Amino acid sequence: MKGDAEQRSMTDDRPVLRARGLVRAFNGIRAVDAVDLSVSAGEILGVIGPNGAGKSTLFNLLAGELLPTAGTIELLGERVERAPAATRLAQGMGRTFQIPRPFGALSVLENVMLGAQDHAGERVFANWLAPSRVHAAERDAKARAMELLAFMKLAPLAREPARVLSIGQRKLLELARVMMAAPRVVLLDEPMAGVHPVLVETLSERIAALAREGTTFLLVEHQLSLIAAVCQRVLVMAAGRVLVSGSPAAVLADPRVAEAYLGGVTT
Amino acid sequence: MSGALSGWLAYAASFGVLVLVQGVACLGLNLQWGQTGLFNVGVAGLVAVGAYTSAILTSAAVAGHSGGFGLPVVVGCLGAVLVAGAVSGLLGLLTLRLRTDYLAITTFGVAVVIDLLIRNLTGLTGGPLGIGFIPRPFESLGLGADAFRAVSFVWVALVVLLAYLLLERLVASPWGRVLRALREDERAAAALGKSPTRYRLQSFVIGGALMGLAGALQAHTLGFIAPENYSAALTFQVWAMLIIGGSGNNRGALLGSVLVVALWSATGLLAANVLPPDWQARGAALRIVAIGVLLAAAILWRPRGLMGESVTVSRHLDHD
Ligand SMILES: Nc1ncnc2c1ncn2[C@@H]1O[C@H](COP(=O)(O)OP(=O)(O)OP(=O)(O)O)[C@@H](O)[C@H]1O
Ligand SMILES: [Mg+2]
Repeated sequence: MKGDAEQRSMTDDRPVLRARGLVRAFNGIRAVDAVDLSVSAGEILGVIGPNGAGKSTLFNLLAGELLPTAGTIELLGERVERAPAATRLAQGMGRTFQIPRPFGALSVLENVMLGAQDHAGERVFANWLAPSRVHAAERDAKARAMELLAFMKLAPLAREPARVLSIGQRKLLELARVMMAAPRVVLLDEPMAGVHPVLVETLSERIAALAREGTTFLLVEHQLSLIAAVCQRVLVMAAGRVLVSGSPAAVLADPRVAEAYLGGVTT
Repeated sequence: MSGALSGWLAYAASFGVLVLVQGVACLGLNLQWGQTGLFNVGVAGLVAVGAYTSAILTSAAVAGHSGGFGLPVVVGCLGAVLVAGAVSGLLGLLTLRLRTDYLAITTFGVAVVIDLLIRNLTGLTGGPLGIGFIPRPFESLGLGADAFRAVSFVWVALVVLLAYLLLERLVASPWGRVLRALREDERAAAALGKSPTRYRLQSFVIGGALMGLAGALQAHTLGFIAPENYSAALTFQVWAMLIIGGSGNNRGALLGSVLVVALWSATGLLAANVLPPDWQARGAALRIVAIGVLLAAAILWRPRGLMGESVTVSRHLDHD
């Protein structure tokens, strides 16, 4: 894929995702307040901050689930702040939810297969007129989904309804589901909460490897050691604003950050 | 064949045609409500659109009337499917982005408008008198009345079988999987790139097209249609079929049709033979009450219907 590689190197210096002056108010209270951010290809940006800092709201804005009260979002060079959530993956961005949202009645395997993009079988007429194409697409999707499930140690549960999964397993399922779509930018909202430490390590390695291949990650995580281990840059939020941003070491040493976590922040 | 036996068979065939015609509408509603969760209370309106479209396309020209194109029945049926699908598409485009209760109100409103149109566009629809002499397939063969009924049953059954198979294929496909995901968690499905509006619209259009097909089949088996065939009672019957048979299950939808049509016919016979003459007019209302009682009993004792929702997976996943 020469064209693809060329495009990647062209966009390397330009940000893959950029937000400017992003504001979201709920009943007059600004959950996200004038946030600027810019992430380049292959970067892993940590987003940290105390409970209620606005991290998940920021993700919901970036993912198109909330309309910003003000501000712009640029994804791979296109303005997307008004585009609906369902168009984000086609534009290159995927996300997971802080509180996992599995399709409980569907099997674990089907959940992951739903991450497939441009699947022939998801078009009405292809099912009637080109069943063999649908069958092939379905076989490929299944193979890829099983690979991801094996990586997440969920393969033995592939046929079970997703509602039987534990919280940690649901987190892994969400991760598999979004990886299935192979997005260029991935928003991960506390993907490791409740996941076994051994698997956390494997997952961090996998994320780092994908980032080296050019995938960009935004990672919300409360476990600061993990942030320090995988992120090149960290953005600290407090009361909706960006308090500090910089390298993990610099940020974690900043006295304002410790203060924010202790709840002493004032705007 | 003895006269009594062939008479009985002919009765069964007519009964079967009724079941199949309403069953197709019920399959359409099952796609909309059972698979997608779209509340359509304008079923009768879409059946009417199909019936009148096909009747106008296929009937012979009559002096003083527009329409009457004299086209083949197949063309009429396809036209019914397309026009009813288009009407549903328009309705869906206007309402599916809004909250779901708007859809219910709008479908009801559209059914009322369609009823007014077919009553008042006299030049095209015959107004309150309706349209007569609609071509019925195989009528020209000159079969006896009983044989003709049996033949009608067979061709209608083949059409319904085709619709059923196409629908089953769709439900047990990756497309059907997206519908089930959307019904369970719209936000998560949207995050996976599945546009809720797009899939709902598709489901609504296909369901509406099937209702249109039901209307066309009815027109071409009865041979005449009139506005009172498409009252709110029809919508109620189709809903009762779906809830009694089992929402989310195509076979349940058909079983529900058998039961409701059977009850409808039985109460009709009963009313005609048992009720005193001055009560006859109230008979129709009593039949609706009978279906209502069956519906209430189903909701009380079998809330998921006789068959319940079937666990469906993509048919491509079963074999390996
Ligand atoms: N839909 C909403 N309506 C009203 N207020 C909201 C809504 N969503 C979020 N908020 C508020 O916005 C603020 C930020 O919430 P958010 O979930 O973004 O925080 P967070 O940084 O993700 O916190 P946590 O670390 O606990 O997940 C909170 O005060 C929250 O109550
Ligand atoms: Mg959060």
